[in-house]
Amino acid sequence: MEHVIEMLNIRKVFGNFVANDNITLQLKKGEIHALLGENGAGKSTLMNVLFGLYQPDGGEIRVRGKKVDITNPNVANDLGIGMVHQHFMLVENFTVTENIILGSEPTKFGITNKKDAAKRVKEVSEQYGLNVDPHAVIEDISVGMQQRVEILKTLYRGAEILIFDEPTASLTPQEIVELIQIMKRLIAEGKSIILITHKLKEIMDVSDRVTVIRKGQGVGTVTTSETSPAELASLMVGRQVEFKTVKTPANPKDVILNIQKLVVEDYRGVEMVKSLDLNVRQGEIVGIAGIDGNGQSELIEAITGLRKVKSGLITIHGKDVTNMKPRKVTESGVGHIPQDRHKHGLVLDFPIGHNISLQTYYTAPISKGGIIDYDKIDQKAKEIIAAYDVRTQGPHEPARALSGGNQQKAIIGREVDRNPELLIAALPTRGLDVGAIEFIHSRLIEQRDNGKAVLLISFELDEVMNVSDRIAVIHDGEIVDIVKPEETTEQELGLLMAGHHVREGSKKGLEREGEDQHVD
Amino acid sequence: MSTKATNILVPVISVILGLIVGAIIMLVSGYNPVDGYLALWNGIFGDLYTVGETLRQITPYLLAGLAVAFAFRSGLFNIGVEGQLIVGWFAAAYVGVAVELPKIIHLPLALLAAAVAGALWGFVPGLLKAKFHVHEVIVTIMMNYIALHVTNALIKTVSGGGDRTESIFASASLRSEFFENLTEFSRLHYGIILALVMVGVMWFILEKTTLGFELKAVGFNHNASQYAGMNVNKNIVLAMVISGAFAGLGGAMEALGTFEYVSSKAGFTGIGFDGIAVALLGMNTPLGVIFGATLFGSLKYGALNMPNAAGIPLEIVEIVIAVIIFFVASGYVIRLFLLRAAKKKEAK
Repeated sequence: MEHVIEMLNIRKVFGNFVANDNITLQLKKGEIHALLGENGAGKSTLMNVLFGLYQPDGGEIRVRGKKVDITNPNVANDLGIGMVHQHFMLVENFTVTENIILGSEPTKFGITNKKDAAKRVKEVSEQYGLNVDPHAVIEDISVGMQQRVEILKTLYRGAEILIFDEPTASLTPQEIVELIQIMKRLIAEGKSIILITHKLKEIMDVSDRVTVIRKGQGVGTVTTSETSPAELASLMVGRQVEFKTVKTPANPKDVILNIQKLVVEDYRGVEMVKSLDLNVRQGEIVGIAGIDGNGQSELIEAITGLRKVKSGLITIHGKDVTNMKPRKVTESGVGHIPQDRHKHGLVLDFPIGHNISLQTYYTAPISKGGIIDYDKIDQKAKEIIAAYDVRTQGPHEPARALSGGNQQKAIIGREVDRNPELLIAALPTRGLDVGAIEFIHSRLIEQRDNGKAVLLISFELDEVMNVSDRIAVIHDGEIVDIVKPEETTEQELGLLMAGHHVREGSKKGLEREGEDQHVD
Repeated sequence: MSTKATNILVPVISVILGLIVGAIIMLVSGYNPVDGYLALWNGIFGDLYTVGETLRQITPYLLAGLAVAFAFRSGLFNIGVEGQLIVGWFAAAYVGVAVELPKIIHLPLALLAAAVAGALWGFVPGLLKAKFHVHEVIVTIMMNYIALHVTNALIKTVSGGGDRTESIFASASLRSEFFENLTEFSRLHYGIILALVMVGVMWFILEKTTLGFELKAVGFNHNASQYAGMNVNKNIVLAMVISGAFAGLGGAMEALGTFEYVSSKAGFTGIGFDGIAVALLGMNTPLGVIFGATLFGSLKYGALNMPNAAGIPLEIVEIVIAVIIFFVASGYVIRLFLLRAAKKKEAK
């Protein structure tokens, strides 16, 4: 079969750092080719080379057999290469059509001709079964739909080869299924796809072949049907990886976190958490499963004191912490791995050592009489860096310079080190690779085994199923059901998350969905 | 090239480039740049008197620079240093004139009054920012005008209709016989020591205390600071108060040292605004402020000699000074060129 793209022995160097070395990727026409690697392995660099954002220091690129010099993204566009970015490049208050024509607006007598453009957008959308309304405004449509707009944008500009950069990172399980259908339809229409991901399940589901890179080196290309997730994982990480997190049955004791009839409003004054009840006990991990935007963020912010509670009660080990200041909540024995590590978790311009003492800088032994002993901060940082395998040049390196996985390890080290009664972990593995995920999961379980309470919030069903002892499903600000991971299925959770209440006791009760009784 | 070498080379090249462009400007305008720069040099280092006067000029720049830098490190843009300095000037002079006390009480009291007045002028924008999210730039600009006109009115009242106060009592003065004898009777006063102590104070607060830790954290990232349990609003107000106190002390340097009175002003002194450039030149670090204030103070004072000694009109002089400062400020461009040159060398 013909190769539409060949990247041969690509090498890219930044200063002393070799980002890509001797990587070969050959994309056949009409295939979905996955590019697999850990965070920081060099996937993005390689794709930026292909897209013309970086110039390679070695190797060559051939498109349809012909050697090319992709000096900038326009050259890539002309060669029919389109990129669907992980973070969408859309103007929120523009319509779909306006976004698609942005930068190459068709004009009639010098005036933008949106009507014809909208017609073409509709045609292309129908051809590939994308089902996009050309007149919808971006901020009104779902994330999945926005992604389709991104896909449509590349197709509209005549892309034959589509690069998908971590396309499922922000999608719901249902949207992922739809995306996979779209990708298959694109292939059927003669397009070729490079799929950048570190999710093995997706690769097994959709790709034809996989090229694996590790630490900037090309490891090789395998045919998907002839490999297994375990083999891919070990190729990617360079060692054997445990998938199913090993853990003993939970041994829950006293209630630590108790939430009663909690109501929380968001900044617009809309009730996001509605009369929510929940408790977490010592020695158990309670996972909150739900689709993004169903009140998870507001719930965590309410517990940690970052957001005012409208009504209801939150206690930690019997002590009322409702509407307490964040510092008081922290001092009451709460650790919090925040969902946005850049916004809340770290002061990125601070050294990583300062970040590790971000909540303890004012306490002994670090601080006495308002004077900080920075040697103690460094000492603590070195401890955490060693114990949590944070890869850094040392306590004085700015947090910004660390990779996402290592930033997260530092945060987890900081939170767990204070040995909190309750550890709240919000999307603790977002954007991390298999190795780091494994490490973080085992730390959460370790904390549980030490008799602490853990509250895990995640959008990933795999994670919730693997790590939790109980799963509380949240929908529209309420806990709609509490299930045990060993007694439920992903399908059931998916339905609960989408708001289909299942009768209590019918844990396998998909067929009884018609009865539709509320549990509360 | 090592970073250390670059760090030394960049300011040197910047100053040289600034001098060259300044020379071209003088040449094009029909003046002799050699004479011009000689006059500038003599205006700064000519004799002990000019050195003393240059140091005196540097003193308020030090404090104004500290004020801007301190707020900057806490993520706040204090444009109001000018106003805070003006109220500090007035407060110090008022205390200096109104009562006569033993020096050990009077001088500290006058300094304290200046610091408190400046702090108060910083407190208002800080509070508005913390409580109502009003941008501090807008409020501090307005506070500058309020300071200017309110002090002018107060001077009128205090002086019984005149446009300057009496001279302060000697017990409130920073005048230094020791410095005067050393520098052939320049107006150099003990304020320079106080200003340098304040550089140390700023360094101590930022680098050693929990307060400094919080201020810097808040300056970098409000959200993470709040998450970590810091009181973001309190820190914003405190940062503005401390910044204002530095600026107020800057005013006290003029009130108790240089002039020993306060007179009504037709416009701003400019010291507070130059403080922004001083802080930025010094990259908002305490040591950097010393460098920035020295550069600013020297050039400003030395330039006064250029019209007399070289016959260059003041307008041209100010352009030349501005060009030199411009090149120092755009040091990062030179850094970029050096990096690129190094890269090219490597590639070969």
